[in-house]
Amino acid sequence: MQVRSRIIVAISAALMISAYFLPLWQIILEAPQYPEGLGMKIWLNNITGNIDQINGLNHYIGMKHIIVDDFVEFKVLPYVFAFIIAVGLFAAYDGRLTWLKIWFGLLVVFAVVGLTDFYLWEYDYGHNLDPMAAIKVPGMNYQPPLIGYKQLLNFLAGSLPDIGGVIVVAAALMAGGVMVHEMRLKNKKI
Amino acid sequence: MKSITNLSKVLLPAILASVAFTACKPGKAVDSVDGDASKKVYVAPGKYDELYMFASGGFSGQVAAYGLPSGRLLKVIPVFSQNAENGYGYSEETKPMLNTSHGFVPWDDAHHTQLSKTNGQDDGRWLFINGNNTPRIARINLSTFKTEEIIELPNVGGNHASPYCTENTEYIVGNTRFSIPMDATQDVPIDSYKENFKGAATFIKVDKEKGTMNVAFQLIVPGYNYDLARAGKGVSKDWMFFSTYNSEQANTLLEVNASQRDKDFIMAVNWKKAEALVAQGKGKRVPAKYAHNVWDEKTHSATSTMMKDVLMLNVQDYPGLVYYIPCPKSPHGADVSPDGEFFVASGKLAAVIPVFSFKKMLAAIEKQDFEDQRADMGIPVLKYASVLEGEVEKPGLGPLHTEFDDQGYAYTSMFVSSEIVKWKVSTREIIDRIPTYYSIGHLSVPGGDNKKPYGKYVVALNKITKDRYLPTGPELTQSAQLIDITGNKMKLLLDFPTIGEPHYAQSIAADLITKNQVKFFKLEENHHPYAVKSEKDTRVVRKGNRVDVYMSAIRSHLAPDNIEGIKLGDEVYFHLTNLEQDWDVPHGFAVKGANTAELLVMPGETATLKWTPDRSAIFPFYCTDFCSALHQEMAGYVRVSPANSNVPISYKIGNNPLAKK
Repeated sequence: MQVRSRIIVAISAALMISAYFLPLWQIILEAPQYPEGLGMKIWLNNITGNIDQINGLNHYIGMKHIIVDDFVEFKVLPYVFAFIIAVGLFAAYDGRLTWLKIWFGLLVVFAVVGLTDFYLWEYDYGHNLDPMAAIKVPGMNYQPPLIGYKQLLNFLAGSLPDIGGVIVVAAALMAGGVMVHEMRLKNKKI
Repeated sequence: MKSITNLSKVLLPAILASVAFTACKPGKAVDSVDGDASKKVYVAPGKYDELYMFASGGFSGQVAAYGLPSGRLLKVIPVFSQNAENGYGYSEETKPMLNTSHGFVPWDDAHHTQLSKTNGQDDGRWLFINGNNTPRIARINLSTFKTEEIIELPNVGGNHASPYCTENTEYIVGNTRFSIPMDATQDVPIDSYKENFKGAATFIKVDKEKGTMNVAFQLIVPGYNYDLARAGKGVSKDWMFFSTYNSEQANTLLEVNASQRDKDFIMAVNWKKAEALVAQGKGKRVPAKYAHNVWDEKTHSATSTMMKDVLMLNVQDYPGLVYYIPCPKSPHGADVSPDGEFFVASGKLAAVIPVFSFKKMLAAIEKQDFEDQRADMGIPVLKYASVLEGEVEKPGLGPLHTEFDDQGYAYTSMFVSSEIVKWKVSTREIIDRIPTYYSIGHLSVPGGDNKKPYGKYVVALNKITKDRYLPTGPELTQSAQLIDITGNKMKLLLDFPTIGEPHYAQSIAADLITKNQVKFFKLEENHHPYAVKSEKDTRVVRKGNRVDVYMSAIRSHLAPDNIEGIKLGDEVYFHLTNLEQDWDVPHGFAVKGANTAELLVMPGETATLKWTPDRSAIFPFYCTDFCSALHQEMAGYVRVSPANSNVPISYKIGNNPLAKK
């Protein structure tokens, strides 16, 4: 790899460290009674925000309480992500394109597994409702959208990357860009 | 024909004369409603008002918060009167707030609101208000809009000259409108007034951080009627000015007998000097019984302490402490200009408004420029002419109160001629007048007693409305009127009805209040002895014939909701904790047949309703505040068995699979 490419890869791996300090994802809920909105922030190892209020409201539809300790992901993710960053830094240090490809592959796998896991949790919360719930709307489920907005009864639910997530995605795209660039260079040489 | 002509000769001039005479009827002051009034007072839905106005509820005993310029009622804050709407004065926690040396007094006559001040500016921390009848002063916390403290004033009859505060809220004052013998005096005849009746100018120290009040000292002054007061500011900040009437010392048919003298007095008190005397150990502690009631935000409960004595200084013993300034006739308001240099007294039966100069007062004291014929009660009386800066001539009839704007103008209310008169402080020249509907008492400019008034509006606080609103039988509303004072001519913008009598009001820029607002109480900081922190802790405990129900409320159930084992003859205490931790989710509580009122419990708060069931029956109880979609389901039953039954105490709530916590 070119020196410039290696620097960019290093920067992109370093940018991902921000995931430890910034929220990755956000869930936004808006309703007539909550003009100021309710929200949850998903971090690498935690969920913060109006969890108590959201749990309080969700009991009417029989949704399970959201409890941070229920998520084994939060215990594992900080280590997994540290490993991914380490591979990125190593790829920059090593300078071989193969390592960059491995790293990018890891990032893609991480994104796919992460979003799938997120979707499954959303599905579980949205469908696995208590039969004793006070409010039952036939055919209705309360699964929030994976990305974007969806109306759930009186709430407009939004699911979007938060600042940390945006930085990680941008860093991954940078790495992808460098990889494409380096592959083209190699092809020209051949 | 001739006779007809003759007749017309006589009639025609008569008709013409009568027409001319009718045309000569003097015109009334014209109603000057601003053409843009609707725009100026319109606050669009969802938008906020520019100012909070805190108006006394007068004989309702409460305080009302309004938004200006819309005139919308935002909240009635219970202070001196029981308030069934939220259980104030009915719940076990709030009952001690209304305790006095006369026992439980659930009403008072609220008069003057006073915002706390820092450097002579309203700081938005507390609001003080006086109870006139059973002399008291209350302090309201403006972050919670709750009455936090009420202190009774001993040796005072009618706490009217109150609760005006000094420049940094070091002290607030109270003084007697009906002089009485001091509390420690034995039984005396009423007509021994001149000998036995005294005034007690009371200085209450306010804690700088917490706002708590304590009677620091009472200055024993001649037995006149002390009407109103204002503290000096800037140059005059060490002084407090009280108006007095009935210097005749009449004790019967006051309307005649207290209106004989041409001049009564303004009493100038050097409070800084009094404070220094107290620090030197001067004065005497005299037995006195008065209640001091304090609300604790952590236990959500009030305690009432009966105080035992008070420090008194007899003003005759301390020259230089108090001076009298003659003032025409039966003065009502005593108001100080923003720079502290002028004090304006309004003789309600006088033809002029005298404006006194603080500088001249100090010079007159320096020169001992006293009237010798009336050295009343051993207190020096300064000469009127030596303290006078000038008089506002022909202001109108019945001048009462003066407030100031930020442009050098003063506004005086005229009770008898029912108008506000605008005049220039420096020249005392009248600029404008505007009618009020009807019989204005106090008036209020936002920040009108500050060093730098906010200005913009003056609010007229009227005693009579007659035909101004849709009639409501013999008892009509009283009202406030909002007037624009930004131009040379005052312009009426809005009439709005008020609760009780809007005796006096003070207004403050909204952001000074909104920035401190408490949205709910933190459950983990709730130290109420009967609080529950979660539904798991709810229980029912019997001790003899006292039964304590530790109950919780959260949308949408009360826990426990089935209670058995109560017997006739028991006293049941429902201690309800609102477990919600969100803004604007109060829960209420009521039980059939309770001889008190409902409870309204804010999130994180605990309140107690005492209930003595009167029969063996099943009694429903329920949440009274529409809290959620399943509010109607938020109910339960309590079973009351005969006195001799052996039903054990039991309580439950249906298995709630949804509540994981």
